[in-house]
Amino acid sequence: MSEPTPTKKARGSVVIMAERCKGCGFCVEFCPTDALDLSSQYNAKGYHPPVLARKDNCTGCDICGMVCPDFAIYGFIKKPTKGH
Amino acid sequence: MVEEQLFDEEVAAPANPIESLLRMDRIPHIWCPGCGIGTTVNCFIRALQTSGLNLDKVAVVSGIGCTGRVAGYLDLDSFHTTHGRAIPFATGLKLANPELKVVVYSGDGDLTAIGGNHFIHAARRNVDMTVILVNNMIYGMTGGQVAPTTPLNATASTTPHGNFEQTFNLPFLAESCGAVYVARWTASHVRHLTKSIKEALGKKGFSFVEILAPCPTLFSRRNKLGDGLDQMEYYQEHAEIRHGADTKTVGMDFQS
Repeated sequence: MSEPTPTKKARGSVVIMAERCKGCGFCVEFCPTDALDLSSQYNAKGYHPPVLARKDNCTGCDICGMVCPDFAIYGFIKKPTKGH
Repeated sequence: MVEEQLFDEEVAAPANPIESLLRMDRIPHIWCPGCGIGTTVNCFIRALQTSGLNLDKVAVVSGIGCTGRVAGYLDLDSFHTTHGRAIPFATGLKLANPELKVVVYSGDGDLTAIGGNHFIHAARRNVDMTVILVNNMIYGMTGGQVAPTTPLNATASTTPHGNFEQTFNLPFLAESCGAVYVARWTASHVRHLTKSIKEALGKKGFSFVEILAPCPTLFSRRNKLGDGLDQMEYYQEHAEIRHGADTKTVGMDFQS
């Protein structure tokens, strides 16, 4: 039980407020599991916001949320559901 | 239990944990893309939330400058003071109401140039406050003039041939004047920084945290160091973590 079992499902996810983003790329660079990419879409200010490109990699560690200077992204851990 | 069943796909996202401490009507903020000040605010809010302090008794005092804007964005009792005088106002606040946890959050030009005298005397008197200094190595808001923290040979708008003056070693300055807690982190070390701010908030007496933050618009551009992301990568690659180091040895040089 000590070794973590390899998971296929994402353990966490991120919420992105694209309109607040200024496209600095900090979240993409500092994501420890390389789950984020800069989107090819533009927001209203003309920046490329991040997008959760590799969903399964996300652990919800919230490093992206801490490093974001514009408060435009945060990660959260998906809670285990009961009764399944 | 099979791993797939452990997690519900349709988990509702929780609310943004830091928005409760931000004045959301003022967001988006004025800081440039790639500026590290927002990152430090993010870490500060998370440190506050985990510190267990009564947030009704926390007051944030800022001076003038890019970092001086922090007081206006935080939904706490906050005070935007005159240039360099953040520490005197904070001292008065603490003396008048000793129950308050007073945090001074300002920039390098504000706290160490025009407010340098206040800084050393607050450390000497060991006033019970936490000083968070965001060091972007230049005067950001007024057009990139040389600051006491600009490294030797770095270019600023008032030193077009390179800065020829020695820079301040701020942790050493604070420690030699009597600060009880000194630390220096960069904006890229978010977890360490959050923990360090939390520790500083828990100390009684004058605690000091310096944070190196990129200034992509004035410092990096003028010195051809790339954008904010390049600066953050540089910090991550070259910063050396030395716990309990002799602060005399932690002076900084120009990075290239």
